[in-house]
Amino acid sequence: MGLRTPLYQRHAEAGARIVDFGGWDMPVNYGSQIEEHHAVRRDAGMFDVSHMCVADLRGAGVRAFLRQLLANDVARLQTPGKALYSCMLREDAGILDDLIVYFLTESWFRMVVNAGTRTKDLDWIRQHARAHGVEVNERTDLAMIALQGPNAREKAAGQLPVAERAAALALGTFVGAECGDLFIARTGYTGEDGWEVMLPATRAVAMWNAWSEAGIRPCGLGARDTLRLEAGMNLYGSDMDESTHPLESGLGWTVAWEPTDRNFVGRAALAQIKAAGSARKLVGLLLEDRGVLRSHQKVSSGAVGEGEVTSGTFSPTLERSIGLARVPAQTGERVHVDIRGKLLAARVVRPPFVRNGRPLVS
Amino acid sequence: MSNIPRDLRYTKSHEWVRTLANGSVEIGITDHAQHALGDLVFVEVPEAGREIAAGEGCAVVESVKAASDVYSPVSGAVTEGNAALADAPELVNQDPYGAGWLMRVRPRGSADIAALMDADAYAAHLESEAS
Repeated sequence: MGLRTPLYQRHAEAGARIVDFGGWDMPVNYGSQIEEHHAVRRDAGMFDVSHMCVADLRGAGVRAFLRQLLANDVARLQTPGKALYSCMLREDAGILDDLIVYFLTESWFRMVVNAGTRTKDLDWIRQHARAHGVEVNERTDLAMIALQGPNAREKAAGQLPVAERAAALALGTFVGAECGDLFIARTGYTGEDGWEVMLPATRAVAMWNAWSEAGIRPCGLGARDTLRLEAGMNLYGSDMDESTHPLESGLGWTVAWEPTDRNFVGRAALAQIKAAGSARKLVGLLLEDRGVLRSHQKVSSGAVGEGEVTSGTFSPTLERSIGLARVPAQTGERVHVDIRGKLLAARVVRPPFVRNGRPLVS
Repeated sequence: MSNIPRDLRYTKSHEWVRTLANGSVEIGITDHAQHALGDLVFVEVPEAGREIAAGEGCAVVESVKAASDVYSPVSGAVTEGNAALADAPELVNQDPYGAGWLMRVRPRGSADIAALMDADAYAAHLESEAS
């Protein structure tokens, strides 16, 4: 038996198919993964993401600490509640994890990191936090539910106390705020509008049930994966890990090089790679032949060399296979992918594939 | 409870076999298998004329999440792959024992088929896998 979220019993009762995900017993679907995917693109769906790790960082030196710890710069966060996506790097620029950090007060930031990297992340953060007098507190008392889709915010807000609805609906993109005992953030991992809500674990089942009755469809991690891939978002452990750096992972945009005197962990090594030019890049692939791209399939870029699919699936929105692949930097627009011994044609595209319900590639 | 027709024979790896009037056999995956795989999005069936051995991987069914091999329950020559599945892989989910058949094979002898499970034995096998 794996670790279980406060909603595990609810998933089991609903007939969810449960799988192991990084040591957690999580619902992969409640019947049809494709219908769950469409529910998020067209209406509203919700995911139990309580397995993710929420950590509060407190101390007078927390901003200075995070400016050193993260490759993106929390100096960009000037309004309380504002969130930032960043990589956390090793000294050699290998990616320890990707995360979201919220600025709440000058002595309180909140971080959400991946479930599978929880222990190593917390060890790393605490080890570096000591010198800054920053206290790191993992919030195992919180559950997290992602409500996603064009109608998700409206449907979800209807289940909040009347006094809190307007403030919740007024949240801007990539901003979070406390609404009663809920922390609501307008963030997500699907390419749709929506919220990610952190709430007391003791309240998780009641809120899940209320949102379900309000017409928000429970969705499993299967749909979450096809949605994030259509949205061109990386998955830690598949598209990047400690052996890869941001510049070959499609994450160069998350590295804040200015100001030049901000010496974040991994900067020196990454600056060298940048100066020499990254040998590889992460690209989107659209399979032109019939079949399904899967991680670890070989990609042939012709004379410039070979690469590998890092994530692949069938896209329910595009009704064809899409993927991400790490390929030689000189790779052009056409590649071939080895699928069970057959070389199938694929086109290199710039992710995302789908945003806000609309295909961006054809 | 999954549907297990009485008139078919079954493998432990969740394929079914139907003997046709002309002595050929039709092969597919069971209701239990399609349910476990989830929505199918791609099916690769063998071409007519291919010689296959019992236990050999001869078709691939892919759900959104993963690709799975289908093993031939019998040795013989493929006479037909179900061409309709190229455009409509969901037929395997909707009608696993009918329109969702995968391939037809002219078997070499009848020993392979005799060794397969009947409906009761397959139901017992599913129960033992679940426990």
